Amino acid sequence: MDKTYYNPADLAKFGNITEWQPELGRKFFDYYADVFKEGALTAREKSLIALAVAHAVQCPYCIDAYSTDCLEKGADEAQMMEALHVTAAIKGGAALVHGVQMMNKVKEVSM
Amino acid sequence: MVFSTKSLKGQQHELANSLYQLNVLQQPSSHGEQFPAFAARLREHDLFPLTPTGTTILQINVGKMCNQTCKHCHVDAGPDRKEIMTRDTMQLCLDALQHSPQITTVDLTGGAPEMNPDFRWFVKELTNLGRQVIVRCNLTIILANKKYNDLPEFFKQHNVHVVSSLPYFMASRTDAQRGDGVFEKSVKALQMLNAVGYGKEGSGLLLDLVYNPTGAFLPSGQKALEAEFKRRLKSGFDIEFNSLFCITNLPISRYLDYLVQSGNYESYMQKLVDAFNPAAAASVMCRNTVSVGWDGYLYDCDFNQMLDLGVAQSAPQHIRDFETHALDNRHIILNQHCYGCTAGAGSSCGGETVK
Repeated sequence: MDKTYYNPADLAKFGNITEWQPELGRKFFDYYADVFKEGALTAREKSLIALAVAHAVQCPYCIDAYSTDCLEKGADEAQMMEALHVTAAIKGGAALVHGVQMMNKVKEVSM
Repeated sequence: MVFSTKSLKGQQHELANSLYQLNVLQQPSSHGEQFPAFAARLREHDLFPLTPTGTTILQINVGKMCNQTCKHCHVDAGPDRKEIMTRDTMQLCLDALQHSPQITTVDLTGGAPEMNPDFRWFVKELTNLGRQVIVRCNLTIILANKKYNDLPEFFKQHNVHVVSSLPYFMASRTDAQRGDGVFEKSVKALQMLNAVGYGKEGSGLLLDLVYNPTGAFLPSGQKALEAEFKRRLKSGFDIEFNSLFCITNLPISRYLDYLVQSGNYESYMQKLVDAFNPAAAASVMCRNTVSVGWDGYLYDCDFNQMLDLGVAQSAPQHIRDFETHALDNRHIILNQHCYGCTAGAGSSCGGETVK
C-alpha cells in the first residue's frame, strides 16, 4: 500500500478494474463512453457537468481528468469556475435547506 | 513562465539544436520506462515502412523570420531569425512545379511568409502556374507595418486560401501563447479580411482558422470547437470564417521547451502515446505532402524540417533535383514526435485527419 491514499499515476490505471470483473467493468466503460458522447447536450456541456460533480464528490482523479477535458473541449476559465459555483450553491443549499428541518424541530420542542 | 521575445537560437538555448531535441525525445521516463518506438507502433498496424500515397501538396517554408515569438512555435521563428528563401530558390520551386502537374496545392509557411521580400512575386508566379496557393498568415503581420496593410486585397486578387492561427476566442489564452496584444490585433486583421470578403458565404474566398491548444493538452472535437469559435467570434467581434483546423502541438522546439520547463513533458508524451490511433496514422499528411526548406532542401514535413531530418537518401534531396516518382517511392522518416500527428482524431496542417 502506498503511503498516501491517492497517487496521480493511478488515474491512468482506471481501466485495470476490469481485470477482476471483466464483464461488469466492460459494461461500465461502454456506458461511460456513451454517456459522454455528443447528444442532446454537447460534449463540452457534459464535461462541465462532470467537472462540477467531480468537485461535489471531491474526487481528485475526476478533478484532474475533467479540468483537462474541459480545456480540450474548449471551455474557458469563467465557464469552469461558474460550474463550480453551481456545485457550491447546490452543496451549500443542501446544507441550508435542512435549516427548515432545524427550525421545525426547534419550534416543536420550544414553548 | 516568462514570455521571451528571442528565439531559442537567439538565446543559444540547447533546444535550438535538433540533435539535442531528438535526444530528449529518446530519453526514458523518470520511471525508467522507454516510450514505445513510433515505428514499432506503425509496424503493429502494417503501416511500416510508411510510404507516400502520391504527392499533391508542396509545402514551402519561405523563411524563419517572424514578427511574433509564439511559445509553441515548432519553427523557433522570430524577429531575430534571418533564414530567408531567395528568389533563385523560389524559381527552382516554380521549375519543379512546372514538371509536376499532380501537385495542385502550394502551401506557403514560415515564419511570417509575408516578410520574405519576394513573397508577392512568388504568389503571383504560383497562381500563374494555376496552383491553389495557401498562405499561413499569422494575422498580426497585416497590422505590423503599413506596407502589409493591403495584404487582404493582395490575397483576394490572387484567390489565396488564407489559413490563420487563432488558438482561442479570448485574449487571455491567445496572448499567453502568442504574445501580449496579439488577440486584439488578430481580431482587427480578421475584420479586415472579412471586409474584402474572406470567410463570407458565397465569396469563394477561404479563410480558415487554426486552433492549437494553449497548454499541455490535446485538441478535442474539431466540429464542436468550430461551432463554439463561430458563435463566440460572431457574437463578440462580428467575425466570420470558414473552417477551424485543430492541430496538435508536437513536442519539438519551443513547445518542447515549454513542456520541459513546465514539468509537463512526460505526461504529454504519455498522452500522445496512449492516444495513438491507427486510422489517423494511415492518413498523416506526410503521405501526400513534400516540404521544402528555406534553402531548398526537401523533407517529409515541416516538423521533420525543423529537426533536420531530410527525406530518405533514395529520394532527391534538394528542390533543384525534384522528381515526384522517386519521392513517391521513398520511405518516410519517422521519430517519436510523429505521435503528435496520430493522436486521437489525428492532426495535420488541415486539422483532424479522421473524419
